[in-house]
Amino acid sequence: MKLDDQTFRLTDAGKLGMIALVIGVIGLVASGIGFTMDKTQFFHSYLVAFVFWTTIGLGGLFFTLIHHLLHPIWSVVVRRIFESIMVTLPLMVIFFLPIAFMGGLSELYHWSHADAVAHDALLQEKVGYLNVPFFLIRAFAYFAIWAVLAFLLYRLSLKQDDKHHPELTGRMMAISAPGMVLFALSITFASFDWLMSLDPHWYSTIFGVYVFSGALVSVLALIILVSLSLRKTGKLKEIITVEHYHDLGKLMFAFLVFWAYMAYSQYFLIWYGNIPEETVWFAHRWPGSWKMISLGLVLGHFVIPFVLLMPRKSKRTLPFLGVMAFWMLIFHWVDMYWLVLPNLHHETVHLSWMDASTLFGIGGIFIWWFWRTLAAHPVIPIDDPKLDESIRFVNH
Amino acid sequence: MSERVAGVIAQFEDPAALLKAAERVRDEGYKKFDCHSPFPIHGMDQAMGERRSPLGWIVGGIAVIATLAGAGMQWWTNGVDYQFVISGKPFVSYQAYLPVTFAVAVLTSAFVSTFGMMALNGLPRWHHPLFESEQFKKVTDDGFLVSIEATDRKFNVEQTSAFLELIGGTNVEVITCD
Repeated sequence: MKLDDQTFRLTDAGKLGMIALVIGVIGLVASGIGFTMDKTQFFHSYLVAFVFWTTIGLGGLFFTLIHHLLHPIWSVVVRRIFESIMVTLPLMVIFFLPIAFMGGLSELYHWSHADAVAHDALLQEKVGYLNVPFFLIRAFAYFAIWAVLAFLLYRLSLKQDDKHHPELTGRMMAISAPGMVLFALSITFASFDWLMSLDPHWYSTIFGVYVFSGALVSVLALIILVSLSLRKTGKLKEIITVEHYHDLGKLMFAFLVFWAYMAYSQYFLIWYGNIPEETVWFAHRWPGSWKMISLGLVLGHFVIPFVLLMPRKSKRTLPFLGVMAFWMLIFHWVDMYWLVLPNLHHETVHLSWMDASTLFGIGGIFIWWFWRTLAAHPVIPIDDPKLDESIRFVNH
Repeated sequence: MSERVAGVIAQFEDPAALLKAAERVRDEGYKKFDCHSPFPIHGMDQAMGERRSPLGWIVGGIAVIATLAGAGMQWWTNGVDYQFVISGKPFVSYQAYLPVTFAVAVLTSAFVSTFGMMALNGLPRWHHPLFESEQFKKVTDDGFLVSIEATDRKFNVEQTSAFLELIGGTNVEVITCD
């Protein structure tokens, strides 16, 4: 990997993109074989992988929106990284097509079976919302919102690189304000549609925020890992300094606490209320080894990183922060797995090779696309009015 | 009434000179000294050799105790000492302990942070011998001063005054108090 000191472009993007593409293609081919063998298992594994990578892309979109709205100084140096993560969202619509048109709906969603609805009073009440055409319309509306926001914001950001265009900062802010409202609504309803309706009797109003909180933790983890890998190019060491990692680490810490707060708020009210139609969801996540996953999430997604990331030093020790970022990504996947798979394997956890093949299949393409986007343009926003200030930023 | 020496102060030209002076005083081995300026000076913490405050670790340690105390209080009152069925839950329902435990931990931490900060800063105090000095009043306007306190182990009125003059201080003044 080589970085040009003048243009801040990666003149040699290294092998990462190629490796990711190969892994992605192999993963997708393997998953395709899995599709022909066991459609039910395939679609459940596939949905986990799909929401795992889509939520990371959404985290990138959120970070871009909030960056433009709040005008922070410290995050300018990593802006290109989360913008490039955001640009993977238009790609994810392709990965949604198998779910939409290749039998995914009937494998995954009980409510899509007309005969099931006919014998189910609760589902009949929900049929105005939970029906196939409206589900698809909504899904493509979410993707339209995300793709348009990603496209507009990324294009303006690149335009700012060309010449001196400080006024574009204001334009990006003007897009981000309504964009944030659309983002909040779309991620909430997307989580309702894709994940919560797996168990169509069950409902939880906080569910969207729960998914969102996990998305934010994982996007911060990915930003940290990408920045660390760019450090090898030398010059970027002086631009993305330990002060910026400290802030990224602080935010990752904050949002994993936020995740725990959302998870607990959801659990606590259901536990206290003790009404069967609500507790059923947690009851599905308790039999056999599911209990281990449920408790493992509490420990791995909250307690352990909470304690380990608390001291200032752990956020400023870069190899350690990198390990913790990777750790959080693993647990974000476990979290998504925990949301989806109890609907298929009721008795106990039953890992399938397709869990891995779909994760690496979509992930390989995701990383390849992301890396291509990042390498095609300067890796820092070279004409952002606050860039100099951002480089000099220090924590007190 | 006997007067005793409280410390020595000296003025410096500008923020840069004050920063240099702070480094010299630090390198000379003085611990109980301070720099005074009308506005914060970037890099002063390092120049003065300030270590990070131990407050975070104090708060952290006490927060652990408060967490255990918060959970233990609920466990003892409702689970052991006065067992009472609430909404059909077991006597010991740890799920229900979390909000109160969390609140106790946060409240305790907030108090320890605030009062610990004040204690470590030597607050509250009503007066300081430096306030007797006429030239010290310039510190709220255009004065850049270094003060070295008499309680410092290296302090010696003559030597410290000479040292401050040596590193470029002007108007060296010995501060006394009753």
